[in-house]
Amino acid sequence: MIEWRWEFTWEILPRLLEGTLYTLLAAGIGYLIALVVGLVFALLQRTPSRVLSRVVREIVEFIRSTPLVLQIFFVFYVGPQFGVSLSPWTSGMIAIGLHYAAYLSEVYRAALDGVPKGQWEACTALNLSPRQTYRDIVLPQALPIALPGMGNYLVGIFKDTPMLSVIGVAELMHTATAIGSNSYRYLEPYTIVGLIFLLISLPTAFGLRRLEAWVRLRLGMTRQG
Amino acid sequence: MVSSPAADASAANNSAEGSSTAGAALPMVRFEKVTKRYGSLTVLDSLDLDVEANEIVSIIGPSGSGKTTVLRMLMTLEEIDEGVIWVDGEPLTHMRRNGGDLVRANRAHLRRARANIGMVFQHFNLFPHMTALGNCIEAPIQVLGMPKAEAVARAEDLLEMVGLADKMHQHPSRLSGGQQQRVAIARALAMRPKVMLFDEVTSALDPEVIGEVLNVIRKLAEEESLTMLMVTHQMGFAKEISDRVCFFYGGQIAEQGPPDKLFSNPENPRTQQFLSAVLEAG
Repeated sequence: MIEWRWEFTWEILPRLLEGTLYTLLAAGIGYLIALVVGLVFALLQRTPSRVLSRVVREIVEFIRSTPLVLQIFFVFYVGPQFGVSLSPWTSGMIAIGLHYAAYLSEVYRAALDGVPKGQWEACTALNLSPRQTYRDIVLPQALPIALPGMGNYLVGIFKDTPMLSVIGVAELMHTATAIGSNSYRYLEPYTIVGLIFLLISLPTAFGLRRLEAWVRLRLGMTRQG
Repeated sequence: MVSSPAADASAANNSAEGSSTAGAALPMVRFEKVTKRYGSLTVLDSLDLDVEANEIVSIIGPSGSGKTTVLRMLMTLEEIDEGVIWVDGEPLTHMRRNGGDLVRANRAHLRRARANIGMVFQHFNLFPHMTALGNCIEAPIQVLGMPKAEAVARAEDLLEMVGLADKMHQHPSRLSGGQQQRVAIARALAMRPKVMLFDEVTSALDPEVIGEVLNVIRKLAEEESLTMLMVTHQMGFAKEISDRVCFFYGGQIAEQGPPDKLFSNPENPRTQQFLSAVLEAG
């Protein structure tokens, strides 16, 4: 029977907290990439060019239909064979960012489709440019629709960052595994990793729900009669 | 088929505009052999229609007769399949290539050409995340480049005109249907259109608030120099306010004329049938 050692726990905690910072950094950067690229994916699928929207659609489908870990390996190990050598961090950010961009583009797409057709027509009738239409009318109304999905994927990308450890990104999971293989004790590091994820995920999810309510209120969207 | 063009109205309009067209006295709106199809269904069949400046034309007819399509094409919400639409002497659906032949309008041309047209919709289509005032200043600031203070002052006047000065800072969700539709009228007017399109603007309203919206339109007809095209089911109102009524049937104008004539003494059996059915229903 293996027992929990507090002394060991305190000893490894600083390293794990440092790893947590890198996990948060990885999730943050990856999510930012996903937010922006996902929007580009979604908007490109709405362009008048059939070819372009079709190509983007296929890319999104391809990314969503293959495992994230494969995509991470692909960028990191296959890239160099085509002369693209990237660091673990860069490869990881590209892979996880694009992966979640594909998912977020679907969230955006549904949200944009959720803005009534009459809103677009009113914009045409008032002669707003496509840019003004998106910026002032469509995106502000799509945002409350998209927020729950966007929040889910924020928690999702955070929980998927351990996959970056497979190519040696020194995030929380990687740190815990390194501690384990040095000390032959896995109970404490992995338990703490689990607790840290829980301690971050739960308040984030709660905060996101508050944010959703606040945005709805802010935009005066207490349901139109 | 086309009603006689009121030459004096066109001339007045042309001189006001500095006569951009080469001599030709065109009406404010002209549909020239316009055809619109949805798949195999022909919604409008080689339609010719002229509307003079400051003329108020009501479009009536059974559903599916193409009446709303007329307005939607004029607002460039729908593309036409054949023909040309002219607004204020300039082609709307087309543009001149090197000053000569007409070719299909590109987006830039459409944006320029439709600036003369405003539209009020059956379902209001107000921007729900903006107040009544916000709805009325958005396009003047963004599209016309009006300074905010000027846009606000003008929007306040317009909201006052439609009787909603006290609701200026409310979001649409806080307004009744009739109030929302009056905001929508103010919003369209804020863009200073020459032509206003009203697409069944009272059809989604509760009976008790229809009057307040019609009153606003009545006021516009009396006080503003606007060309108005109205698709409506309010026969009494159409009769009262219109200079001319067009009865649409099967994608064409089956009959048109002054309201007194068309309502009391229709010639086409289709018109007679439609009017007796509508008037019976009440």
